[in-house]
Amino acid sequence: MSKHMKLNRRNFLLKSGALGCSLAASPLVTPIAMAAAPGDNRLVVIILRGAMDGLDVVRPVGDPHFAALRPGLNQGDDALPLDGFFALHPSLTDLHPLWAKGELAFAHAVSTPYRDKRSHFDGQDILEAGIGADGRIRDGWLNRALAGMTNSEMRTAFAVGREDLLVLSGAAQVSHWSPNSVLTLSPQSRLLLANMYRDTPLFSASMSEAIALAETLDAGGDAEDYGDVREAMMQSTQAGQRGGVEEIAEFTAAQLLEETRIASFSITGWDTHSGQRGALTRALGELQKAIMTLRRDLGQVWQNTTVLAMTEFGRTARENGSGGTDHGTAGALVLAGGAVRGGKVYGDWPGLDELDLYQARDLMPTGDLRAYAGAALTGLFGTSRSALETRVFPGLDISEPPAIIR
Amino acid sequence: MSFDPELAEIRFGTGLGPAARPVADAGAMLDRLNRQDDAARKFEISGFDAQIADMREARLISKQVRQGSEAAKEQQQNLRNKMRQLQAEWFAATIARFSDSPDGMRERLTRFWADHFTIVGRRPATRPLAAIFVEDAIRPNLTGRFGDMLKAAATHAMMLDYLDQFQSVGEGSVVAENQGKGLNENLSREILELHTLGVDGPYDQSDVREFANLLAGFTYDQEGNVTYKPRRGSPGAETILGRSYGAKRPRLKDVHAALDDLATHPATAHHIATKLAVHFVSDQPDPALVAHMEAAFSTSNGNLMTVYAAMLEHPASWDLPLRKVKQPFDYMASSLRALGTSGKEISGLKQRDLRAGLANPMALMGQVWERPPGPDGWAEDGAHWITPQGLAARIQWALTVPLSLQQKLRGELPDPRDFARTALGGLADDQVLLAAQAAETRWEGVGLVLSAPAFQRR
Repeated sequence: MSKHMKLNRRNFLLKSGALGCSLAASPLVTPIAMAAAPGDNRLVVIILRGAMDGLDVVRPVGDPHFAALRPGLNQGDDALPLDGFFALHPSLTDLHPLWAKGELAFAHAVSTPYRDKRSHFDGQDILEAGIGADGRIRDGWLNRALAGMTNSEMRTAFAVGREDLLVLSGAAQVSHWSPNSVLTLSPQSRLLLANMYRDTPLFSASMSEAIALAETLDAGGDAEDYGDVREAMMQSTQAGQRGGVEEIAEFTAAQLLEETRIASFSITGWDTHSGQRGALTRALGELQKAIMTLRRDLGQVWQNTTVLAMTEFGRTARENGSGGTDHGTAGALVLAGGAVRGGKVYGDWPGLDELDLYQARDLMPTGDLRAYAGAALTGLFGTSRSALETRVFPGLDISEPPAIIR
Repeated sequence: MSFDPELAEIRFGTGLGPAARPVADAGAMLDRLNRQDDAARKFEISGFDAQIADMREARLISKQVRQGSEAAKEQQQNLRNKMRQLQAEWFAATIARFSDSPDGMRERLTRFWADHFTIVGRRPATRPLAAIFVEDAIRPNLTGRFGDMLKAAATHAMMLDYLDQFQSVGEGSVVAENQGKGLNENLSREILELHTLGVDGPYDQSDVREFANLLAGFTYDQEGNVTYKPRRGSPGAETILGRSYGAKRPRLKDVHAALDDLATHPATAHHIATKLAVHFVSDQPDPALVAHMEAAFSTSNGNLMTVYAAMLEHPASWDLPLRKVKQPFDYMASSLRALGTSGKEISGLKQRDLRAGLANPMALMGQVWERPPGPDGWAEDGAHWITPQGLAARIQWALTVPLSLQQKLRGELPDPRDFARTALGGLADDQVLLAAQAAETRWEGVGLVLSAPAFQRR
């Protein structure tokens, strides 16, 4: 939310409190104005929490050292062919045909600038903040990218799900909602709540956004009696039982078919220290479902869509002693969508010889994954190189942006 | 500011309620922690030993299911239902303790430390055992030395399971040589990063590796009993933070020595003091408060009562306005306490009602019971919880569930004007009192008081 918007909203609340029961005049219940969104392109950023093993998802089967590093993990199953050198994890059978259609690509041996301590939580913060390893910025790169766009409206960018996503948080206004969330209130309760929240920005900002979204998403609205509120609550909690990634992707696609141009959500379950065969198959199943659901629901709009699925770091080149892998450094970035120049694994392959590994244990990072995110922003929304290097990803050199967007 | 009885119950306890008399002073608050744990006896959560038979059965059944037995499939479903029922019962017991106890700080400390040592039961048969971990490793160690809690929590079977330690085998150990198994760094890294030194602490990848080799040896047997097996330990000494542990043959006492040293390390004192201040007082605590608690931790070698006393005696702990946003569990449990719902009533609720009225709404608020997103536990930051969807879920809950619960319990909702005073005492501000008075119905008045920032914060 911009400073400007915050003040406006605060004024809304002050006014609505002062207006007493003149509800019809309250801007809180007026649907927000929908202005032209910036262009027709869509970007979906999926944060893969827990460190996806890029070497298992996009396997360098042509590297002479790969097999020896993974004697138990990657043997005896049928990886799906990509370009001859790389092959895809065998569980991604639904996603695999997108490669031939040119709608699926990867970048390999990429990382954020985060190094050495290999903490999930710092790693994810740096991934989402889009900053150098020593920075302490508390907003997300996708929000800073949005701040530079003209015509950006409340629903241009959407954080989907129950968590507060760092990658989209910051000064630019963003919508946050979860499938099945509802807000149903009597007019009087709405005014009394606004009055209680008016001096507490954290509550008043969330409240006015919740009211506006509940209104425009048809998730609640006016209640006449207890039965109405109770009914809305029951439906919400019952529907919330599904709560899976498919529902998140469906909701995201629905927003992208409306005013939303940028959306983000996360998928967990990538921290495969043991039993990686099963655990990674489960997590990849979720990612595959998310991408395929977006593709199905977006229809023609899929042609203008780019999905970036990124993780905080890769995992050790060698499998560990318990059928898994430990925290590493470089990994893989997944790109999908009709707007992507697919059928290609981007990046410079560093090799897996002992001497080629980072600290003799991890895949060596040869590319900054922020350069790919930056190239997507430029290709989809025209974000300039200088904006990328100074504001979105401060300090990043993006002199040779990878040509990932059609 | 200094000690205030109502603020003490709100900020360091489980909140105000019609049946609760606020504590007189900080000494009394601490003293209650040293007395016997009445709440645990009143609302019981059985110990780990009692579940061993179920775990053994679960293993047998899942083996038979893999072999294609249809009868076993049905048994498996029955066992899963039993586990779900147990999880619901212990969820209710945890809320009941919050709602009833005159010793609210014990409940709050239990939740704090359970989160500090986050574990998740990873399989249907072990999912409810998270509550048992808390009962075994956390609750009995609230008032002792931090090192004792560290040893109990970090080497509990549930932690060994959650962070893969039971599969880790030391480099060069007998088992590694004979069976081709090897090291897993997960527990080692999280002990250093999350449980003791903190991510800014003075350790590097080599310390992670060496400590993992030292920890190797810990595993559990078929019964779930934790054992230390020298055959799995790495031979020779390991160097952690510049200090050498262990000898030629792996020994349990060397692991304990390393844990004891980590527990009293200055970085640990800083990390723990910061986390406590953030959890209880403010997302951005006064550095003087942290320094005071850190000094108490260091000079007492991690005596937790000394650290709590330092927290309660520091003026910054009593600053107003209220800043900390209650997490969804605490929000719901303190609401029930304010409403006067007794622990007995809560623990008597049917599983269906617990789900519809408490567990499912809590998930919509962003918190799934016993399923934190990772080993770093739940977020502390208020902005994480008060999102549009999170706040909407709180308001919907506050408006509906108190009345539907009262209908089930054949009670009735209080007058909202009285309720504002019961729930907030002297912290009820004009806007809350206006809402309580101007609401059109009783259920809305009560819901609005529970939705007030003053009630959602502590």
